[in-house]
Amino acid sequence: MDNKSRNLEEEFQARIDAGENIEAKDWMPEKYRKTHIRQISQHAHSEVVGMLPEGNWITRAPSLRRKVALLAKVQDEAGHGLYLYSAAETLGISRDELMEQLNSGKAKYSSIFNYPSLTWADMGAIGWLVDGAAIINQVMLTKTSYGPYARAMVRICKEESFHQRQGYEIMLTLCNGTEAQKAMAQDALNRWWWPSLMMFGPRDEESPHTEQSMKWKIKRKTNDELRQQFIDQTVPQADLLGLTIPDKDLKWNDERGSYDFGPIDWEEFWNVVKGNGLCNRKRLKARNEAWDNGKWVRDAAVAYAEKQAERKVSKAG
Amino acid sequence: MKKEWPIWEIFIRSKNGLEHRHVGSLHAADAEMAIQNARDVYTRRQEGVSVWVVESKHITASNPEKSGELFEPAKDKVYRHPTFYNLPDEVKHM
Ligand SMILES: [Fe+2]
Ligand SMILES: [Fe+2]
Repeated sequence: MDNKSRNLEEEFQARIDAGENIEAKDWMPEKYRKTHIRQISQHAHSEVVGMLPEGNWITRAPSLRRKVALLAKVQDEAGHGLYLYSAAETLGISRDELMEQLNSGKAKYSSIFNYPSLTWADMGAIGWLVDGAAIINQVMLTKTSYGPYARAMVRICKEESFHQRQGYEIMLTLCNGTEAQKAMAQDALNRWWWPSLMMFGPRDEESPHTEQSMKWKIKRKTNDELRQQFIDQTVPQADLLGLTIPDKDLKWNDERGSYDFGPIDWEEFWNVVKGNGLCNRKRLKARNEAWDNGKWVRDAAVAYAEKQAERKVSKAG
Repeated sequence: MKKEWPIWEIFIRSKNGLEHRHVGSLHAADAEMAIQNARDVYTRRQEGVSVWVVESKHITASNPEKSGELFEPAKDKVYRHPTFYNLPDEVKHM
């Protein structure tokens, strides 16, 4: 590294250390840019693919009230995807490239969305646990160092809390219902609990990017810290529902002021990341179909806009 | 045909009496569609009463590397602030 770029890097780090935000046109190390493009686009893809397991239940929602709520939530997730794609684009990657990376399977998205949503109770569990876990991560990211990403997070966090509340309300209703309904809620918790814990990513000692991410203030807390925070806040919520968290090692640790919990099946996690989850192929297929089937609409809109612009020019001339 | 819709910057007035503020960007084929999309993306919870859309390529931004020469001259001009002037406490309404 030559002297000039070393100085630039030092200045950059000093700005981060001083708590300044970095904006799109500011100088930044290439690796900071690349890391952000990867992280923000993965986040965007997760919002978009995340619409699929829930969209699956919109037509089967048990009441109009539930239906409008779920529809609004899924629409919000589309918006979240858009805010995030826009933030990624400020770093010099195009929307088409981002779509290509998702559709070709080159880009990753949160593994949680490769699990199937089997019953109506899953809509409760997803809102409560999956959005709950996402919120913890996203609240941290409102303080991230890259300005456009942080601003997208502020907007997203404002919208998320209804997502979690509508999910918890679904669980609550089921738990106050018949035996069968309560069993359905328990079954959903059993299936979504562990994948939700995996959403925070590998354990700190197996997470090679953590150190650099903390130094650049991309992340403010480690995966394990966030995971613990999620467990500590969620266990009392499960108690309130009268449901049992499917972890026989789960118990309050007075000394730590936190819950101890059992081992996570990381083999399952990596297997899903590698593309072998129950729904990986189905999700990618749905995304590709949506993209391909929308092509004529995108093209027609461009053709129409060009024609209108031409007309304007010829009228003026 | 392979053409990406252009990017638009979106400005929203949250209520009359306040200025339009930049809220983000989106893609749209033309201005009309940009307004429609901005409505759907940025005002789902009544966040606005008016929208401006500007195609991003029409915005000229100052260069952050020149921030020093652009903005620093204002730094030492404390006499532009009311607190620079020493007046006795007895003077009221000033
Ligand atoms: Fe979201
Ligand atoms: Fe959400």
